[in-house]
Amino acid sequence: MKKHFRVAIDRERCKGCELCIPVCPLHLLAMSTTMNRKGYHVSETVRAAECLGCIKCARMCPEAAIEILNVP
Amino acid sequence: MKTPTSGYQRPASLTDAAMHYCAGCGHSSVHKLLAEVLDELEIRERTVGVAPVGCAVFAYFYFKCDISEAAHGRAAAVATGIKRALPDRIVFSYQGDGDLAAIGLTETVHAANRGEPITVIFINNTVYGMTGGQMAPTTLAGQITATSPTGRNPATMGCPIRMCELLNTLEQPYYIERVALDGHGGMVATKKALLTAFQTQVSGKGYSFVEVLSPCPTHFRCSPQDSLKFVGQKMAAQFPVRIFRKEGVPVHA
Repeated sequence: MKKHFRVAIDRERCKGCELCIPVCPLHLLAMSTTMNRKGYHVSETVRAAECLGCIKCARMCPEAAIEILNVP
Repeated sequence: MKTPTSGYQRPASLTDAAMHYCAGCGHSSVHKLLAEVLDELEIRERTVGVAPVGCAVFAYFYFKCDISEAAHGRAAAVATGIKRALPDRIVFSYQGDGDLAAIGLTETVHAANRGEPITVIFINNTVYGMTGGQMAPTTLAGQITATSPTGRNPATMGCPIRMCELLNTLEQPYYIERVALDGHGGMVATKKALLTAFQTQVSGKGYSFVEVLSPCPTHFRCSPQDSLKFVGQKMAAQFPVRIFRKEGVPVHA
């Protein structure tokens, strides 16, 4: 059975370094047009339902702001 | 150990505090990997860290283990004292290049020469980050910094110090490796090196040293993505990325 994952990005931890964006094999991450409370543009998901759970983005994130959750 | 298909949770050994590092800084990456290692080896409760002077001076805000601050460069000496007084603790020092390779060079070399059973984590980003990007002992030849505005000139300023090679001339160290935070592969390699270093200490083998070539986007004056390329291309050319000593035996390239 196919596993489903949810990409949970903590907007207030993200500093907009964009290191997570190029590592996603399915290009599911992009920069937001809005800012967080500190004034950073943050990373957000597009087509989030397609996530394969490879956790490359979470591994790259220096701030540990990305969590990949297993959706039952 | 977590498998890739089980998702990823923020390491339990990190506190909830927001890190003060710049966007894309290698320090935050290594903090995260270090916390993962403390979780995986289940050693957080008996680990004592020693924080440096430099950008990582606030490391005690970010880890849920005991951390002691050390005078500039003296982290290896403080770690030696803690390990000798409390031999059942896992003791690591976390130092930058200004701290470890400049003011603290003596302490670093002698701790390694005595084969103290501690783990030393060396963050090499070629500049003094906290004070404004001045030239460090590890600055590359020709690299422009705040105090070498026309580029480092080896004729008058010397060449970058290779710490792994230097320590590898000693007899006592047990494990020495250099890794580069140059992308996803670099993150995985760095985690593996840190894991090996801590396993070395957990099994009571001896001195372990991990040098991490680390991005500093602010003082490289480029984007976080380009600073990873600088690490992988320019820095790795000067500082070969490999294992220098394994199980107490020098490894030849």
